[in-house]
Amino acid sequence: MSDQIVLKTEDLTKHYGGVHALEGANFEMTKGEHVAIMGDNGAGKSTFVRQITGVEQRTRGKISLYGEDVDFAGPLDAREAGIETVFQTLALADDLDVPDNLFLGRELTFWNWLGPFRFLDYKGMRRATIDGLNKTAVKIPNIRNTIRNMSGGQRQCVAIARTATFHSRLTIMDEPTAALGVQETAQVENIVKTLKEGNEPLILISHNMRQVFDLVDRIVVFRRGRICANLKKEDTDPQDVVAYITGAKTGEEYMETAR
Amino acid sequence: MTDTSHGTGGLTFDKTKRTWPSEMNVLLALVIIVVIFEILGQVLPYMNDQSFLFDTRDRFDSIFNEARLKIIILQVAIIGIIALGVTQVIITAGIDLSSGPLVAATAMIAMSFGQTELVNGFANPKAVFGTWAMDLPVLIPVVIGLLFGAFIGAINGTFIAYFRIPPFIATLGMFLICRGIALWWSGGNPISFPTEQYAAIGAGMMPVIWFLALAVIFHIIMRFTVYGKHTYAIGSNEEAARMSGINVKRHKVMVYMIASMLAAFAGVVLSSKASTAQAGMGEFYELFAIAMAVIGGISLTGGRGSIIGTVLGAMVLGVIRSGFTYIKLDGSYQLMAMGGIIIAAVILDQYRQRNKA
Repeated sequence: MSDQIVLKTEDLTKHYGGVHALEGANFEMTKGEHVAIMGDNGAGKSTFVRQITGVEQRTRGKISLYGEDVDFAGPLDAREAGIETVFQTLALADDLDVPDNLFLGRELTFWNWLGPFRFLDYKGMRRATIDGLNKTAVKIPNIRNTIRNMSGGQRQCVAIARTATFHSRLTIMDEPTAALGVQETAQVENIVKTLKEGNEPLILISHNMRQVFDLVDRIVVFRRGRICANLKKEDTDPQDVVAYITGAKTGEEYMETAR
Repeated sequence: MTDTSHGTGGLTFDKTKRTWPSEMNVLLALVIIVVIFEILGQVLPYMNDQSFLFDTRDRFDSIFNEARLKIIILQVAIIGIIALGVTQVIITAGIDLSSGPLVAATAMIAMSFGQTELVNGFANPKAVFGTWAMDLPVLIPVVIGLLFGAFIGAINGTFIAYFRIPPFIATLGMFLICRGIALWWSGGNPISFPTEQYAAIGAGMMPVIWFLALAVIFHIIMRFTVYGKHTYAIGSNEEAARMSGINVKRHKVMVYMIASMLAAFAGVVLSSKASTAQAGMGEFYELFAIAMAVIGGISLTGGRGSIIGTVLGAMVLGVIRSGFTYIKLDGSYQLMAMGGIIIAAVILDQYRQRNKA
């Protein structure tokens, strides 16, 4: 069970016109694994994530989730398949409160025969929100407060708490602590550790070397649109990873393609 | 970050921590304005100690000056119906300038199907169509009017959502088009002599009843349904709404359609109340509707405000208008003062938002 493959991509490629943002990415991760994706700006990390989450349509290649080939037309498809993404921009509606944001686009409702005017099950959503926040040990003083009135860390936690509320099958976080202070970063890292304890698979994009070594099992390095290294945490150290990121070193199995 | 305890500490819904709703400010403003007019009634030398809202003729059965209350709310009811729709549009961070002319166009179109054949035994002198369109059941002109509104709204929404025309420009174009339609429909002639049923739609206090009933319905829709939640979400962060899987484009078209249908219904009520439809009707209605929403605390940047706010905003506008007449202020000064008040409302709201954030 623990070796079940969660996500697998073969020859995943994305060209923006003449720009080859992502070229032949072969990626694999197993259940419960936490994988970091590192690389310089423009190395193809975010492009890679956008293909998996259906935000963009890939040029070619195959994506499979839990052994099933998938082809997402949009982010909602990916989400329905169980991929929860915490985008860099967070994608929160500032004027809505916590439950509203967690359930945006997939509200609990009743009287569904009313179509677009079906009623919101505020109680149910509030209960599920509290459960989800408890599961991730997130502390938010008042979930009825609007996002506008929250700190950066709280916002980030709300975005991450979505994943816990919806029993995601794969969580992706795009630089979750880039804009946060020390204490808030610790809070977010705690959530990641909770996910690890819950055996929930995670892809973490981060520039923070300490964080990566703290949190994940494996590091995949992107360079100029290609994967150039696939390193187990035990077999590497920060200097080594930097060498791969800057291009001083290239993983043996990637010699042919990455340069 | 003050709460560092473990467990569910602080997670529960705490009623006392809810922020002071902006509607309360509007209500407060309403009360203050009433008090000001009440004081002016006492101090201005030419007012003879009249009271603005209270009954001064010693009747035991009434406290208020009911006649004035009725006029205040009747004056704003029809524009208020438009404002209910404009509120929804503004919450999506849009704007609808086409509602005033749409009122006129719908009044013309609906009334032309709501005419009576014989006036005092003679053929209707203002007849638009032949006898086939005379004395139809009242539902027909109303449904035609609403369909016309839905059609105009669908065009507005489609241009805004699918062709990415800024709402200001799209509805400004529709503003001219609708005024043109209103003039063209009967060649500039007024349309009069409605059937009894049609005349009943807007008779007496009926506009107020329509306004309040629609306000309650749309309050429930905006507050408790998926439609309302998505409307707020789109105005709050359109990108987030899209990423959450909301069909933003389709939803926007729906919002503009509902807004235009409300404006169209206002046209039906107005023509019924006036017993006539004229191409020049509804002048400045779109601006007063927007003013009601803005005074009621609806943020033009989207995502904030409520139907209750707009209803209170309508009341504020009504009280101001009535109050100016009460202190015998000339019409020209009234317009100037009202313009100033609208600007002041927005400044106050912005100041309040800044302090809160």
